[in-house]
Amino acid sequence: MTVRKYLTLAGVTVFAPVGDSLLSYGMKQVGNISLRHVSELLLTITNPWVGLGIVFLLGFFATYMTALSFADLTYVLPASSLGYVLLALIARFALHENVSVTRWLGIALVSAGVGFVTSGPELTRRPPRRRSDDLATERQL
Amino acid sequence: MIRHAISNLNGWLAILAIVLSSSAGDVLLSRAMKQIGDVGPLRRKRGLSFVALLVLRNKFFLLGVGCMAISFYSLLFGLSWNDVSLVGPAAASLTFVANAIAAKFFLRERVDSRRWAAALFVAAGVVLMAF
Repeated sequence: MTVRKYLTLAGVTVFAPVGDSLLSYGMKQVGNISLRHVSELLLTITNPWVGLGIVFLLGFFATYMTALSFADLTYVLPASSLGYVLLALIARFALHENVSVTRWLGIALVSAGVGFVTSGPELTRRPPRRRSDDLATERQL
Repeated sequence: MIRHAISNLNGWLAILAIVLSSSAGDVLLSRAMKQIGDVGPLRRKRGLSFVALLVLRNKFFLLGVGCMAISFYSLLFGLSWNDVSLVGPAAASLTFVANAIAAKFFLRERVDSRRWAAALFVAAGVVLMAF
């Protein structure tokens, strides 16, 4: 794993919870939207917090796709779940919310899961195809 | 009583739909990106717009995005029938396990005991964090 790959995984981990938090904060400012006035939903993008949240979620999608291009799905998903822990830590230390014992236990389990998966290889290595296989494929085509 | 049972059934059907469509979406997106290859060197060589076009024209990517849209609407359906405290963690944690199974069989990833443990630990942790 190179620094670029670790930074990409860090991007996946950070962009999603921050984007969700910004959207949540913005939508609370906008207020409830009735199904009869769906067009108002399009205007919510003009709220700076909602707009910023969308930018962060686009960042999440870009880094997620990049991560999937060099690592297995079963590596990227648990490794990026550290975002749940980040969200709980923001709730406890920035928003001064109460974090219960069960939630701390959940944080410990998620962290252990991340530790397990990141200690192994990020990609399933497949043996290079033999020349005879290539010839067989060419003949089929 | 019957109304409560229907509400519960619809909630769990929505969770099942979220888990299946979200896992299918993740597998398809992963398949698309493996087909394209590591985008880091590719971006340096051919530019960002080339990579973006390559991704947007990949059929597995488009199918994956479609599955993600189904998953999103299933979530909205689930939230209209049951509490977010049930639908959110149940769908998120079951998706981790379903993804591990789907990746093993459809993407032929080597899911060893370390990766199974990671998926199960994260799934259990997500459930506990909802309380």
